[in-house]
Order: sequence, then C-alpha cells, then structure tokens
Amino acid sequence: MLMKMLCPTRWKRFHWQGDRYGSVRQAMTNDDASAMPASPRLPGEAGLHRRCNPGEGGSAHAVLTETAPLPVKTGERERTVRAARSRIYLTKGRMRELCRRQFARGLRLAAGLLTAALLLAQASPAFAYVAFVSNEKGNTVSVIDTDTWTVTKTIKVGQRPRGIAFTRDGKFVMVAVGDDDTIQVIDAKKMEVVDTLPSGPDPELFAQDAAGKTLYVANENDNTVTVLDLEKRVRIGDVQVGVEPEGMMLSPDGKILICTSETTNMAHFIDTATRKIVANVLVDARPRYAEFKTDGSELWVSAEIGGTVSIIDPAKREVTGKIKFAVPGLRSEAIQPVGISLTKDGKTGFVALGPANRVAVVDGATHEVKKYLLVGQRVWHMEFTPDEKYLLVTNGVSNDVSVIDVAAQKVIKTIQVGELPWGITIAQP
Amino acid sequence: MGGLVVLGVLARCLIGAIGLFATAAHAAEPVDIAIGYLGRAGAPQTLSPLDQPAPDDGVAGARLAIEDNNTTGKFLNQRFTLIDRRVKDDEDAAQAANELAGKTGFILADLPADTLLKVADALRGRGTTLLNVGSTDDRLREQDCRANVLHVAPTRSMLADGLAQYLVWKQWKRWLLVTGSHDNDKLFADALRRAATRFGAKIVEERSFEDTGGARRTDSGVTLIQRQMPVFTQKAPAYDVLVAADESEVFANYLPYRTWDPRPVAGSAGLRPTSWDPAQDQWGATQLQNRFMKLASRRMDALDMQAWMAVRMVGEAASRTNSGDAKAMADYLKGPNFTIAAFKGTRLSLRDWNLQLRQPILLADGRMIVSVSPQEGFLHQVSELDTLGVDRPETKCKLQ
Repeated sequence: MLMKMLCPTRWKRFHWQGDRYGSVRQAMTNDDASAMPASPRLPGEAGLHRRCNPGEGGSAHAVLTETAPLPVKTGERERTVRAARSRIYLTKGRMRELCRRQFARGLRLAAGLLTAALLLAQASPAFAYVAFVSNEKGNTVSVIDTDTWTVTKTIKVGQRPRGIAFTRDGKFVMVAVGDDDTIQVIDAKKMEVVDTLPSGPDPELFAQDAAGKTLYVANENDNTVTVLDLEKRVRIGDVQVGVEPEGMMLSPDGKILICTSETTNMAHFIDTATRKIVANVLVDARPRYAEFKTDGSELWVSAEIGGTVSIIDPAKREVTGKIKFAVPGLRSEAIQPVGISLTKDGKTGFVALGPANRVAVVDGATHEVKKYLLVGQRVWHMEFTPDEKYLLVTNGVSNDVSVIDVAAQKVIKTIQVGELPWGITIAQP
Repeated sequence: MGGLVVLGVLARCLIGAIGLFATAAHAAEPVDIAIGYLGRAGAPQTLSPLDQPAPDDGVAGARLAIEDNNTTGKFLNQRFTLIDRRVKDDEDAAQAANELAGKTGFILADLPADTLLKVADALRGRGTTLLNVGSTDDRLREQDCRANVLHVAPTRSMLADGLAQYLVWKQWKRWLLVTGSHDNDKLFADALRRAATRFGAKIVEERSFEDTGGARRTDSGVTLIQRQMPVFTQKAPAYDVLVAADESEVFANYLPYRTWDPRPVAGSAGLRPTSWDPAQDQWGATQLQNRFMKLASRRMDALDMQAWMAVRMVGEAASRTNSGDAKAMADYLKGPNFTIAAFKGTRLSLRDWNLQLRQPILLADGRMIVSVSPQEGFLHQVSELDTLGVDRPETKCKLQ
C-alpha cells in the first residue's frame, strides 16, 4: 500500500527531481524555487533529509542516480534546471524501478537512523558556520547559517553598523556603530547586544591582536586610531594618523598595524609596541582596505577612487606593484576596489570592485587578474569560511550576500539580508 | 691596532653626526607651500535668507583643505598655508594677483569672468597657476581658455546637462523656460536650451522675467508675489516642468508652489544642479561635512567645496610629486596621471583640452540630494562624466 502510494502507476510526463534520500518532487520549471512545496518524506527520514538538503529556501538539487556524489551543497539555479531537464522523459518502468530503489534505501536509512544521525552530527560542524553581516542602513546584523545558506536571525543594533568581527574566543561579535560613536558587543549565542566598547567617535573598521586583548579602531572623524584594552574595556592610547582613517590590519606577526587614510591616501605603518608611525606609504586615491599574505610577504591595499590595488613590500615599505582592473563594457570610473581576501596559501586574491558589481580573482604570484565574477550591486567586503571553501561578499545596493565557491571560482548562491549590507565576519571553528 | 679602533670610532661618530644633522634638518625645515585665495569682497543679495552666503563662503573650504593637506603633509614634511586676499569692485585685481604671485605658485580665483581673464593674462609667464573656483562661464573653457587657468567650478553647460539628464530620465520632457533679464541669466538659458536639444527635451515656450529693480525682500512682499507669479505663468502650453534661469536671484525662488498649473520648478530654484550641497552626505561626505562644521560652524556649500577641491588638488600634486616646486606640481596636475577623490562617488580628473575638472553634478532641492548626474544610460566612449558639458570634439579651446 505504502509502495503504491509512493510509486503511483499513472505517470504523467513531467519534470522529475529528487534527492538521494528518496524524496521525489516536481522539479522547477520556472525561476520560482521558493514556491515549491516541501518534499514528501519517508518515516524517520526528516532529520536526515533536512541535514542533506541545504538548498531549502532557495535552491534545490537534481541528484537522481545511485552513483550521485554527495549532495551539492548549493545548486546554481541554472544548473539545477538544466540537470532536471536532462531527465525529463523517464519510462514508466524505469521510474517505478527508481522509486522502488529509493523506497528501499529509505527503509534502510530509517533502520540505520541512529548510526547515521551520529555520523552526521560528527560531520556537520565542519560545514555549519555562522556569518554575521552588518547592514549599514538597516541598523541590523543578519545572521547567516552557512549550512542552509539562510538568514536565521536579524539582530537590532545601533546606528550605522559597519566594521564587524568575532572576538578571538568566538563568543562575541563586535560591530562598529558609527553614528552612535561606539562599538557594540553581540553575544554570539544569545544573538543580542550585551555590551559596548569606548571606541572614540565614528568608529568604522577595527583590528584585534592575535590574543584578542587589544583592539585598534579607526575613527574617521578625528584622524586617530584608538587603542582599546578588550579585557578591561578601556582606552589605552591614540595614534594620530592621516585624514579619515579606515582600513585596519595587523601584520601576521602582530608587530605592525596598517591603517589606511582615505583622504591622505596613505597606508600608515604603526609599530604596535611603541604605537608610533614608522612608515607612510603613498597609495592611490581613497585607500579602503589592507590585507596581508599569511606569510607576511606582501601587503595589498585597495584604492577605491584610484581604482587600483597596491602591492606593498612590508619589509621595504614601498609599493612594488599595482593591480589594475578592466571590465569590458564598463567605464574605468565604475571600478572601485574595496574589500580584499587572500587565500592562506597566498595563491589567490579576491578583490571586491564596488559599483562594478564584480569580484576580481587575482593570481597571488603574478598579480594578474584571472577572472571577474558577477555578484550583486556595489560589492564591498568579504570573508572566507574557515575551511576556505566559500567566500561570502556583501552587496550593498542589492541588499544581499553572494556566495562564491572558491575552488570553482563561481558564484553559487545569493542570500537576501538587511538594508545596505556592509561588513561580514564568520566564526572560526 | 689602537689607531684603527680610534679611526673606527671616529668614523662612526662622523656617520652618526651626519645622520643626526640630516634628521634635524629634515624635521626642522618642512617644504612650505603657500596657496593664494583671490576673492570678491562682499556678496550679492539672494531671495532666500537661507541662501545668503557667509562672509567666509569659499575661503572656509580652502582653509579646511589646508588643514587636510597639513595632516597629510606632516608625514611628508610639507606645510601648507593660505593667503587670503579680497578685492573690492574698484580695486585692480591684476595687481593684487601679481602681488600674490610673488609669494605662491597657486592662486584660487573666485572672480567674474572678465576679471579672471585680466588676471590670467597679467600672470602669463610668471609660472603661477590659477584655479578658477567661482566662475561657471563656458567661454573661459572655450574661446577664452588660458593655459595657466585650471577650472574647478563646473560650467553652466555641465550644470544644465546634469539637470537635463535627470528631467529626461524622469520623462519630464516638456519645459517652460523662464529667463531673467541679466546677461548671466541669459547664458544659463543658452546652456539649458543646448541641454534640451542634446538630451531630447522640448522647450514648449519661453518667457522672460524683467528685473525692474527693487529690494529682494520686503515686509509685505509675499502678498504681492502670490498674485504675480500665478499670473506670470498662466496660459502656458502643456508642459511638465518649469525651468528657470535666474542666476541673478530676481524671481526663480518665487515660483515653486505659485505656478498657474501645478508643476515642479527646476533650474535656479526647486531642483537645482550644483557641484555640492550642504545636504550631501553620500560616499563618505559625512566626514567632510563634520570637519567643515567644526571649522566654520555651518555646513558646506558649492563655493566652499570648489575651493576645497582646488586646494586638495594642489595638496595632491605636492604629495604625488613629493615636492613643493610649482612647475612640477602644475605639470602633474595637467598630466595624464592626475585624479582626485572628492566625495562624489567617482574619481575626478582634468579634461586635457581645456583644463576643466570632470565631475558629477548633484541635483538638490534645498533639503536633500535628489539625484546625481550623469544619469544611468547616458553613455560615453571615454568617461560618462564627459556627457556633461562641452566635449572634446565640440571644444573651441586652443590652450596657450
């Protein structure tokens, strides 16, 4: 009877799609994936199905064969539809056979539920990260589950949240709320604001040392970098820098703090021991962000208005090269580099190009641009998942976050967040 | 052996001494870069008391940029100063400029077109560069262009084109054009007519508003104006927007809410094209406005911004060339590598054929920034900013 229900004898000619755990549902025939009804589930399968179907609420997968690889974590819509279409016409017998097999597998799974659940519980932490996205205009922080690629919570914060980062212990998220002249502290578990830090006026971006004890904050309004003791929650010093400090980054050895100043057009090298500026490197107009290679061999600084990324030799403290960008069909003024991320091996760099709506993929060794990935509108900051499988970028004007598959160098997913997403941080495991 | 040691010590001392001397000299003598500001004394009357310029209009922007340049300059051992010089109507501006040119290689000029030309010709060959921050006259960039004048202020044609692009985007293509009776009003009307032709708007009728003299403001003024303006604008053919050309501040601000037909007003009142506005806060401009507020106790207007940009251009040239040499700096500014950030969402550069600064045009209604031109879809093969104003193929300028 159950068999009969699940494997009806009157097959219609329509698109089929299922996942490897046997649920069968009508495939998308148009772009509206969200309108799909929840797939029918076998008894005891619910948990498993959910775990292995990260595409819920957005994408779906088309894995119907036995030799299928592990479920595609997030399917590109186009790919899904194409895959589904390739399986349009199945013979009645083949379909019944497939269905029987799936049913049998479902039973096997139900039987082995405990073991499987345990296994999955063990396996899942490697994938389920949590990303916090600051929404500059929305005055909120969106929490994204990288397992399901959905927003699981929206936290109300102060006015104009921009710079955002997890504390080193992973327990808190600090978010600079510039118009409230403070940095708010969000409890990552409770997902609510629990504290504030005395940051100085109009904090925008900040950097913390490896121990998580000292925080360096760029205060755009008064040309200073404020140094905070994170444990005692007090201001312990100031460094006078150029006009409108913004980008903040510590060298991998923690000895040098880089601060970029937007109107002075410099990367200031600050000795973290003496809190004195030891070098100033002139870069192109409106430097926004600084990023070191993990081996400390190179420092990349983006210049939003200049339209370039300067490669700086941190030992010589001089510009040794410049990355320039050119997108066919786009005027050069539209290319405004902001966020930068470099893979741990230093082989690949990603640069957000602002209103060019693209992320440039740059060869870490030759500094040549290899590819431009089309993302949302006015892309700004970005962060890798700790396993470096994915790169999440914030798209300010389209109010969403694009997910880039780092190995494939492809955009695989778009997640709607709050108004004007700006910064992003992801918890380390 | 002992001698060698002594020699070594001596040598080390000598090196140390030289090093010390060099450091001391470096720290003690920053490169001084003076910038002149040659402006008009007194300001014309405006219809709205809110538009009345402050006594330090313009020069306050220059002062802020001097501060900003000095923040940068302390890392490069450069020190900037401003020499403010105002000329009255009966004074000889050329002589004042000559005096300034003895002290500085860069002079900001907020002068009427004719005076500016006189000053430019008086300074020819002196190696001083003028930065025009006050005059929007197209002829200064066209038939009357000069090789020693950079233009930071936008032209009337740039302003008119910025407005026209938006009105066309908005599908308000039928304009009723009302022009004042002064020369500058007529020049702005010319620019608006040109813009209408370029971007596909139609001027359905033109009217002229005669300046018959009289005070800008009176205690009983509004009663009369309320009767005059509807009558003045009645019996017009069907139109979408009234575009007013009234740089002389005679009537345009009387028009909003008083037109016979309920229509929006643009141009010299209502939706105004401008290089800057006190309400501008996009692209990080909040920080600039905050710094300006701290310095001048008011918000920044277009003339302040034009002066700020001019002084920042000089500062940029000083830091990029790492020198205070006026010629090297001027060459950098006129060269292909010069760009500057000015909180307008894109980099600004100079048009090499007439030394006009390319820039977006803000459209402001007095409260908010309504839009920023160039509008999406107005394309250009070199820079979308060149859809605003007179482009290279049309220019009459021969720099000399």
